[in-house]
Amino acid sequence: MASSLNGLNDSVSHAATRLPRKSRTSPVKQPQRSYLFPLLLLLTIVLALACAHRENIPDRSTIAIGFFGDLTGPTFNFGISAKNGVLLAADEINQAGGINGHQIDIVIEDDKGSPEEAAIAAGKLIDRYQVVAIVAAGASGNSLAAAPKAQSAHVPLIAPSSTNPAVTQAGDYIFRACFIDAFQGEVMAKFASNSLKAKTAAIMVDYNSPYSRGLSDFFEVSFAKLSGRMVIKQSYQQGDADFRGQLSAIKAADPDVIYIPGYYGDVAIIAKQARQLGLTAPLLGADGWDAPELWELGGDALNGSYISNHYSAKDPAETIQKFVHAYQQHYGNLTPDAHAALAYDALKFLAEAIQKTGTTEGLKLREALAQTKNFAGVTGVISMDRDRNAVKPAVILKLEDGAYVYQETIQP
Amino acid sequence: MSRYLRFLIIAVVVLGLLFGLDYLFPGGAIHPELRKHLSDNAARLLPYIFRIAMLAGIAITLAVSLNLINGFTGQFSIGHAGFMAVGAYSSAYFSVNFGANLAARLGGGKPAWGLALVLATLIGAVCAGLAGLVVGVPSLRLKGDYLAIVTLGFGQIIVVFLNNIEAVGGARGYSGIPIVKSFFWIFLIAILTIVIVRNIVKSAFGRALISIREDELAAEAMGVNTTRYKVMAFVISSAMAGAGGVLLAHFDGYLNPKSFEFIKSFEILIMIILGGLGSIVGSVLGAVLLTVLPEALRGFAEYRMVIYSLLLIILMITRPQGLLGTTAAFKGWRGRKQKRPRSRTETEEITAEDSSAIDSVAKATLGERQRDSSLGQGEKSEH
Repeated sequence: MASSLNGLNDSVSHAATRLPRKSRTSPVKQPQRSYLFPLLLLLTIVLALACAHRENIPDRSTIAIGFFGDLTGPTFNFGISAKNGVLLAADEINQAGGINGHQIDIVIEDDKGSPEEAAIAAGKLIDRYQVVAIVAAGASGNSLAAAPKAQSAHVPLIAPSSTNPAVTQAGDYIFRACFIDAFQGEVMAKFASNSLKAKTAAIMVDYNSPYSRGLSDFFEVSFAKLSGRMVIKQSYQQGDADFRGQLSAIKAADPDVIYIPGYYGDVAIIAKQARQLGLTAPLLGADGWDAPELWELGGDALNGSYISNHYSAKDPAETIQKFVHAYQQHYGNLTPDAHAALAYDALKFLAEAIQKTGTTEGLKLREALAQTKNFAGVTGVISMDRDRNAVKPAVILKLEDGAYVYQETIQP
Repeated sequence: MSRYLRFLIIAVVVLGLLFGLDYLFPGGAIHPELRKHLSDNAARLLPYIFRIAMLAGIAITLAVSLNLINGFTGQFSIGHAGFMAVGAYSSAYFSVNFGANLAARLGGGKPAWGLALVLATLIGAVCAGLAGLVVGVPSLRLKGDYLAIVTLGFGQIIVVFLNNIEAVGGARGYSGIPIVKSFFWIFLIAILTIVIVRNIVKSAFGRALISIREDELAAEAMGVNTTRYKVMAFVISSAMAGAGGVLLAHFDGYLNPKSFEFIKSFEILIMIILGGLGSIVGSVLGAVLLTVLPEALRGFAEYRMVIYSLLLIILMITRPQGLLGTTAAFKGWRGRKQKRPRSRTETEEITAEDSSAIDSVAKATLGERQRDSSLGQGEKSEH
């Protein structure tokens, strides 16, 4: 088949060369045909090197668990934090003797923050490395892309920080270690209404992000229930540089609070431009704000803002301080953000489920995970509800001079 | 008669091979009987390789179809992902709401799903083709770079639309699409695309397209209805991109508007430029290479996209016409820019080669004229 097809195609390209064309007399120096061979050789060598680079298939005595996340891409910080969290948890488990005597082996892949790549990464982890479970991915769209593969292969997938409700509806092998958008939007609406005594609110939503839209919708509904009034809703797109148009409109509406459920890169710039325009109303955000880069980009403009989050590194509780301390020892005084904490928790309660069932067989592991009750994690006491969503509290943090100051915990 | 026989034999062999592979590797997994004869390592490697191979098959469909409009007709379209998205989403909508029902009513076996997929493919291709018609008719009446602008805009508009249509999941993505991935369908459509494009290029229609690429004005002077041919090529190309989108929709069972942003169009464009514009084998090579390369480079972790980009840059510097191409990617611009230096080179060459002859002639003439005292100043300056 191959040879006959090649024949066909060769004749096509030859036919093309026979045609009279400008390029024959073109002054562009045509490289000699001999370039082709060394080039292909170079490519082959690079490919061979790349393939030889990592072929450490986990052996039978260890338990292979997959992780993939956006280690590169627009929100690479989330992926790196999650990776650190997972590796820290794996380290602690292995130091303590592993799961029932078996060491854990974490296989890491990058999804570039794109859903297509996430599906490929999940496929590779499941087919090539035969992982027993996957802790991934960050963004909801990426988890959704990987879900069908995990579901059909009966490999449980725990999304550490995918907050969109649709994620766990993709199948009964899909879990999450965080609360869902509905809860987070509601939490912020409650806080704005009860603690900040806000009567009117404005929303700035990233229209292409399901996360941002989900949060703003649920905030709107809850805020209205608490007899608050939505005065204006503006939208932007991730990567925009100028938000002054929307912010001027918001300023004219004069709201008590401005809810911006976006990601840190855009939010920091929005905050800066809002302060430049003289907007003084407090900015409210969500876990998408939580990254060290937020302060580098936004600076003082962020002071006085509030965000809802999964946990606070400043929380004096013992489990949290132990985790923060271990993390800082591992990664050089880096304060773990929520993504690190959630990924850490996800692996920890996965390990607990494996330990309980004593097997890594997909169906039994799935059942054990579904029965997770009162697991004491860093991000709160976790129980799985019927839809495989973690039921857990949220915290409200105030942003002050480069620090997140713990305000209150809101229970589900 | 023998031609038909040859065609028949090739068709039977190709279909047989695809059927065989599909039987041994249903949906990219390994047949349980075959699994018994394989080592553990091979059993781990093969499904992964087949997954990448199937993705490469989809990429081939997309690249070869784009080559028809960019490589053979010489029009610069950069919205291929938009047509792909139209095909993917329309067929996915059909499969979710009608196709799954239909397959279940027909027994739910492989042939039933095959029929559902064929219908989905037809719907996807027709919708993408119609979109191509809508975009192509106004923009292809013009000459020059307008198509690039219009297709770029179209690609963006489609993404914005998809982000806001709740019936197909909006920005959250469309999940729950029945997964009908098989080696057979993906490569059947890839091969069909190759055969269609090859036959078009070899026909009178294809000659007309190539004449448009080489010189639109001359083609028109020779009686080629350039707008009609360009639109036809564009619609066919879009429809095939739609078919590629259909395959992608049913591959992972999940679609996200993010996958169809303009970067995807550029990815396909890079495939055909790397492989060589106007070469079908080149497009296939480019599609396979650009699908395999990011996977093979996974070992380099965070640096893989840097290495990937570097490889592309090196390739384009050493072979501007692509691996198997006969035409430089941006011939039009280069040709225009280099025209002036070229004529200078020509004169220089002549001066160098024949300088002695010209010198002697000039000296002789000058000498004669100097001797001829009756010649005036004005006539001399004319030389």
